[in-house]
Amino acid sequence: MNAPVLEDQSAVPAPPTLRAVTRARVRGAYRRRIVASAILLLVAAAFVLSLMAGHTFYPAGDVLRVVLGEDVPGASFTVGTLRLPRAVLAVAAGFSFGIAGVTFQTMLRNPLASPDVIGITSGAGAAAAIAIVMFSLGGTEVSVVAIVAALAVALLVYTLAFRDGVAGTRLILIGIGIAALLDSVTSYVLSQAGEWDLQEAMRWLTGSLNGTTWQETAPAGFALLVLGPVLLHQARNLSALSLGDDTASALGVRVERTRLVVIVAAVGLIAFATAAAGPIAFVAFLSGPIAARLVGTGGSLLVPAGLVGALLVLCADFTGQYAFGTRFPVGIVTGVLGAPYLVYLIVRTNRAGGSL
Amino acid sequence: MTASHSLSTEDLTLGYGDRDVIEGLDLTLAAGRITVIVGANACGKSTLLRSMSRLLTPRTGRVVLDGKQVHRIPAKELARTLGLLPQSPVTPEGITVLDLVGRGRHPHQRAFSRWTQKDDAAVAAALEATRTTDLADRSVDELSGGQRQRVWIAMALAQQTDLLLLDEPTTFLDISHQIEVLDLLTDLNRTRGTTIVMVLHDLNLAARYADRLVALAAGRLHAAGTTGEVMTEETVRSVYGMESRVIDDPVSGKPLVLPIGRHHSAAADVPAGSPAGSG
Repeated sequence: MNAPVLEDQSAVPAPPTLRAVTRARVRGAYRRRIVASAILLLVAAAFVLSLMAGHTFYPAGDVLRVVLGEDVPGASFTVGTLRLPRAVLAVAAGFSFGIAGVTFQTMLRNPLASPDVIGITSGAGAAAAIAIVMFSLGGTEVSVVAIVAALAVALLVYTLAFRDGVAGTRLILIGIGIAALLDSVTSYVLSQAGEWDLQEAMRWLTGSLNGTTWQETAPAGFALLVLGPVLLHQARNLSALSLGDDTASALGVRVERTRLVVIVAAVGLIAFATAAAGPIAFVAFLSGPIAARLVGTGGSLLVPAGLVGALLVLCADFTGQYAFGTRFPVGIVTGVLGAPYLVYLIVRTNRAGGSL
Repeated sequence: MTASHSLSTEDLTLGYGDRDVIEGLDLTLAAGRITVIVGANACGKSTLLRSMSRLLTPRTGRVVLDGKQVHRIPAKELARTLGLLPQSPVTPEGITVLDLVGRGRHPHQRAFSRWTQKDDAAVAAALEATRTTDLADRSVDELSGGQRQRVWIAMALAQQTDLLLLDEPTTFLDISHQIEVLDLLTDLNRTRGTTIVMVLHDLNLAARYADRLVALAAGRLHAAGTTGEVMTEETVRSVYGMESRVIDDPVSGKPLVLPIGRHHSAAADVPAGSPAGSG
């Protein structure tokens, strides 16, 4: 039989093609790594800067000594108690929002399908506000309430959108409705609170890092360390899912299982971050598209989007604290950044003849 | 790679909701051949393809690949033997041709495994086979319909499966691009021995390119066999409810179906007593 001979020939590409493919692939991977490293450096720089700078400036040496546990008069309180937990939470919450946001956007194949647009963040926020304001719960209890509520909202939106499969636009519209409903629940709860604390109210309305202590930071950081790797493990399955369920399945992805694992992990990250910092507006929504612009669409966007999220929250929080006469919570700043992009996306969807 | 895989269905019943789409289908697909499935709209052609690559779980009966039930074969293992190009795959915004074709390597990779030279070779070979090498850096969004279809086929080729199922690979393409795609699949079959099973709407292209034809009517097997056996005036009548003449295609020597409608059909060509003749 001469078939095997022919077969071998066609399976082996011409050397120039192979070289071109390898070169393009290596170049793409190299570029992604360089850009991701650059964002990582920016995150590190913003982190260190937010520890050093403020109403009082502390040199890097003092900051380092505080971080290493030495007692530095003045700096120990300002840096160790006020700034450090706040900066760590900015990174943990930002990374969580970013990675969970891009997960949803990739899985549902729509940049509008971010957890802060489709009500999941609002669910976690409303639950946390109820738990804290009405039941005076704290720490881990709030996180548990938030995660249960966020999963329930995810399930509710999914169920309401389900009719012979889930259509992206239907899910998004239902999610936006649910989000509006839950946001008004949050407003109501806050208006009923006996002692009306503006800082606390802002946290649940727009997200804020003001008054952050380790009690808030620890659960969010821990959740990221556990659930982040779960998402990273699904990165390739997630990329395959963006080609459509049928194609993904034909490529050997167990679609339903992947979706379940990914939704639970991403919703968990959103819930823990929201329980700690409130629903910081639009970070989940913005990080993925920004990361895609920076690193390209060749590889997984999970880590770049997480880094962009961390950078957004660090910078927005710093800006909100010091750039204006009054201190604005971080969510106000990210809200100002995110709202125009949301409008842009909706306008573009309409122009493209989308059914939204 | 060998072309000796056997794919068959045994008493297969498939459905959505409370409706059965395919009922009690027994079918063996010839290894190393091009099989084309034809039938009227909604007769279950796509449903059948979807169940063969386990996108759809059978109500009863089973799909058997090399003696094993496909729904019991681990997902990635199956995806290394059997590929499927769905009718309307989703193109992620901004993805380049090279990246899209690279996604076809998924079943050969693990969660954190590195990209290998073997992956590159498979991608390069797929680009060459589909003549899309020059498009590698382009964004898939900006390609023409024919180019885009070739790129999707390249993705399926990068998967390096011995069996390839395609659901209407020529839809939305103009005639020259349809021929181009079908020629490409024929090359693949002849040079690598890849077993090809596809759904086609155009009976004449089906007759020309198929080694074997499967005609479905209302969820049941109407006829299966060589093109000459299956593509007859009787089959066209039973499957599509339409009169026709089947003649020899002067180009290919295969059957050529000439439909007979109410207009533009010379009276002499219309069989006596047929509904079409009375109009």
